[in-house]
Amino acid sequence: MKCKVCREPAVIDIRRHNANFCADHFVKLCQDQVVKAISEFSMLEEGDRVLVAVSGGKDSLALWDLLDDLGYEAHGLYIGLGIGGYSDRSGDTVKAFAEQRGLPLQVVDLRADYDYDIPTAAAVTRRVPCSACGLSKRHLFDRAALEGGYDAIATGHNLDDEAAVLFGNTLRWQTEYLARQQPVLPARPGFPRKVKPLVRLGEREMAAYCVIRGIDYIVEECPMAEGNKHIAYKEALNEIEAMSPGSKQAFYFGFLARAVDRFADAGPGHAEGDDIAVCQQCGVPTTSEICTFCRLLDRAAGAEPVQLTRKGKVIA
Amino acid sequence: MSVVKVHLRNPTRTIDVDGPITIVALLQKLDLNRESVLVIRGGTLVPGDARLEADDEVEIRPVISGGAR
Repeated sequence: MKCKVCREPAVIDIRRHNANFCADHFVKLCQDQVVKAISEFSMLEEGDRVLVAVSGGKDSLALWDLLDDLGYEAHGLYIGLGIGGYSDRSGDTVKAFAEQRGLPLQVVDLRADYDYDIPTAAAVTRRVPCSACGLSKRHLFDRAALEGGYDAIATGHNLDDEAAVLFGNTLRWQTEYLARQQPVLPARPGFPRKVKPLVRLGEREMAAYCVIRGIDYIVEECPMAEGNKHIAYKEALNEIEAMSPGSKQAFYFGFLARAVDRFADAGPGHAEGDDIAVCQQCGVPTTSEICTFCRLLDRAAGAEPVQLTRKGKVIA
Repeated sequence: MSVVKVHLRNPTRTIDVDGPITIVALLQKLDLNRESVLVIRGGTLVPGDARLEADDEVEIRPVISGGAR
């Protein structure tokens, strides 16, 4: 296998591009794809201050590394979710990365700062853990970005994430979600701009980028996410991709080019009662008196913590 | 007959595979999708056409992650 660019020995093949790359040209490819995504979807402008949502996983650390390399003022925000040893290891990984690179990192710890954790919130609200987690993260990222005066929040969603979410939303024709599935969500009152600069890069490429760049990331999967539908959709799409390379990219980018606008009427600002009030507790725009985050907080904060194993599994 | 040591995850385990064997053949033998894993030897990526020889030791690392972010 030879590098498509320099003909030196390749370290990775990317079948959807029908091309192989050496380490240096693969890193260049990743940078080029991020630059292209940022420009194609008008995600960021030169000199923007960006808050990167970092989890310790491959995507968010690679994103932080790439944005910093590209010259953006990229600061990290890590949220300690309180999922046992998994969260401890994730937090340590993020802190080590930030320290090595001299990058500013802000840490919010759910247990220390809000007196709850994700396993407990999931149990007392009877939400699935990924739902309690997503809701908490969105609220806290939004708040930190607005308070810190950032131009945008950047998340590490990659092509596989977007294709899998699109697959799930299409299976059930969840039109409101389909309307919102854009690589950029513009700022609106109470909410900062959100951008996904990795949408042109697959999950395998992000893991390879970290290996090549020597980025130590947390490889283990969140113990609470095991067996969730999102992962099952990714596996199904990878079966299709193996048979027909380029399917995931065609599915997602075809949706953006030819379908997403058709769902615009179902998107935010169109549904009756969308964000007509502000939360009486925290002041964010909401559809009811109290926003979903504050409702979760009301029930979870101070509740008896759920006990976990060392790996972060709930002890029944 | 040479033996290649292969470290796998979920669950974490090490298996011996008869070599020499190419990466593509190894993944086929283990019924793993090339889209879903990377093969790493001594901190370096191993391309699909590389042959593993006696005493080689590789990690097969899953790349799929998910949940809410």
